[in-house]
Amino acid sequence: MELPKHININIALVGNPNAGKSTLFNVLTGLNQKTGNYAGVTVDKYEGKTTYKNHSALHNFLITDLPGTYSLYAKSIDEKVACNFLIQPTQKIDVVVVVVDATNLKRSLLLATQIIDLKYKTVVALNLIDEAQKQNIKIDIENIATTLGVDVIAVDSRHKTGIVNLKEAITKAKISDSFFYDINEFKNAQNYKLLISNYSADINVESDFESKDKIYRYGLINYIVTKYVSTPKKLLLKDITTKIDAFATHKFYGYAILIFVLFLVFQFIFYVAEYPMNWIETTFLNIQDIVKTTLPKGQLNDLIVNGLIAGISGVVMFVPQIAFLFLFIGVLEDTGYMARASFIMDRLMRKFGLSGKSVIPLISATACAVPSIMATRSISNFKERLITIFILPLISCSARLPVYTLIIALLYPSSTFLGIFNIKGLVLLLLYLLGFVITLSAAFVLKMLIKSKEASFFIMELPVYRLPQPKNIGIMVFNKVKVFIKDAGKIILALSVVLWFLSSHSMDKQFAQLNAQEIVLQQTSNPKNDSAINQIATKKLELSYIGKLGHVIEPVIKPLGFDWKIGIALITSFAAREVFVGTMATIYNSDANEDTQGIKQKLQNEKEVNGKPKYTTAVCWSLLLFYAFALQCMSTVATTKRETKSWKWTIIQFIFMTALAYASSLLAYQVLS
Amino acid sequence: MGITKSIAQLKTGEHAIIKSFKNNLLSNRLIEMGCLPGEEVSICKTAPLGCPLTITIANYELCLRLSEAEAVLVELVA
Repeated sequence: MELPKHININIALVGNPNAGKSTLFNVLTGLNQKTGNYAGVTVDKYEGKTTYKNHSALHNFLITDLPGTYSLYAKSIDEKVACNFLIQPTQKIDVVVVVVDATNLKRSLLLATQIIDLKYKTVVALNLIDEAQKQNIKIDIENIATTLGVDVIAVDSRHKTGIVNLKEAITKAKISDSFFYDINEFKNAQNYKLLISNYSADINVESDFESKDKIYRYGLINYIVTKYVSTPKKLLLKDITTKIDAFATHKFYGYAILIFVLFLVFQFIFYVAEYPMNWIETTFLNIQDIVKTTLPKGQLNDLIVNGLIAGISGVVMFVPQIAFLFLFIGVLEDTGYMARASFIMDRLMRKFGLSGKSVIPLISATACAVPSIMATRSISNFKERLITIFILPLISCSARLPVYTLIIALLYPSSTFLGIFNIKGLVLLLLYLLGFVITLSAAFVLKMLIKSKEASFFIMELPVYRLPQPKNIGIMVFNKVKVFIKDAGKIILALSVVLWFLSSHSMDKQFAQLNAQEIVLQQTSNPKNDSAINQIATKKLELSYIGKLGHVIEPVIKPLGFDWKIGIALITSFAAREVFVGTMATIYNSDANEDTQGIKQKLQNEKEVNGKPKYTTAVCWSLLLFYAFALQCMSTVATTKRETKSWKWTIIQFIFMTALAYASSLLAYQVLS
Repeated sequence: MGITKSIAQLKTGEHAIIKSFKNNLLSNRLIEMGCLPGEEVSICKTAPLGCPLTITIANYELCLRLSEAEAVLVELVA
């Protein structure tokens, strides 16, 4: 008896966009995937594993899903990753699987012939074979395989047919004997890999070699396609697509449909996501309670409860919004609607340096900037994507609402009515509109400032409408959530521990005494002690590092009408904007669990040294504008870092928004007071 | 011989054959998407704001901006 052999095969999966490459990757590997990075770029690297056993051995497939590309001449950063991976490999590639679109064989074969010329062991996966059959496209697979010199396997990744054949072919993959480049023209260069590596180095270099190479290939491909593929004149699937598009890209219905879609997205991430988020919040509060009472009291207890668990809760809190948003994006992309939305919005968005694909992130940012920044992935132009990420946090998100509500209530204590309008509602609307106007203006300015090497083309395929695939979308949502928790989550957790430390520690000797007093009071659970505990909390916060910091920054924020108390709230708000309300409650010694009425009363009664009220119209407007524009959200910072893979842009964004907030608050305060 | 004009000047439903490109960088992109000299094209639809537009080529629908369509020279098919 022979022992079963184990063979490891490293596979690179390449193909045109829309050829169903990722679907095939998901079918092959399922949830057995991990995401990583390519060095120096923002492109995510997807790797997956699967095994295949045949009579000869047990094969371990390690598959890398490369970004979609139309040829080995890269035109974007994503494509460059795919091309470099193949042309200048840094890791072992045993077999390349080229996914080609059976309904569009001519275009797909360009890349396939280039891969074959790189002299990799190659297998061509003829995907979407079911659609080709439905369209009555007849393909002589055997003869094409013979001409190409490699195996061509018909697969239908949507219905999972042909997968075993594909796996078997991978184990037997061979290097083709044929050439598809003009050996006569380039007779000195026998090696296509070497030849192309000289020409594909820069994404914007116009090269004669490139067009000659492509035209020569198309000559051969035309010959193959004419001989072995028969395409009927009238195509069934295109018919349905044309009918849907008559509405989806109509000058009136098109926008109506888009507004409806955006409305649905908005509803889900704003209101529906609230239910799981509340559930997560209560669960974590319960966990905090349990841990707090079971573990012995002291520093460690406090660190775990208010540092770690609070931090983890802050990370998990984003999961529902991220999941809902990507569920929608998955459906919109899978069906082909996303391309239509870009198509009808491109002209408008381009004026601001944005892309048609910026629409979904912009709308979802009214709920939360974090999932929106993650959603910019689909914008292929780097500059347009960067601008979109940069401006998204300027849009008023749901975390600002509690802050707005409190301050507007201070501004207009009695619900004054201007005719039929509620003044509070009007101010709120004004803040949202201001957010949008500033967002678009900032985009416009950035468009002028950022220089990009990447040419902005809008040449994209408008795919036929297809039914969404739940498994595909499910895996994508899972990966997005995983990546967020893994990458952004670390930073959020670390920062929340830092904030916890700063607000619960002090060099002051009095601080330790207060701690001791607090513990004594807490142990005797007497409701009468509550006000005493609140007083201690107020004192502790004032004495803590953050309290000191509040005093330190007071001179800087004085021109905005802020004192050190507001300073403290500004710092703690970095955890999340809504923390402002809780911090103000602690500072003003009011019960944080009470409704905002209590804090509102305290703030209204707050007097300056000269006896005048502290929270004047000027101070309130200054605060509102500061919260509208400042990047007081460590989760957004963490997500920007994760998505741009650059501290430079993250820091620039932070400084820019802080400066904008400072300037507008300064203006408001100085004009109004 | 038909008259040479750009794709942008085509009317919806008119068929034409691609002759050449005015911009090299653009042509390299278009060629690899199957949009090469000798191929038959027709305008499929125009976005409500007049730009971008889509063309039917090589059995699929391709979206272009007006400025990009202007760089593709075609000859009308009788």
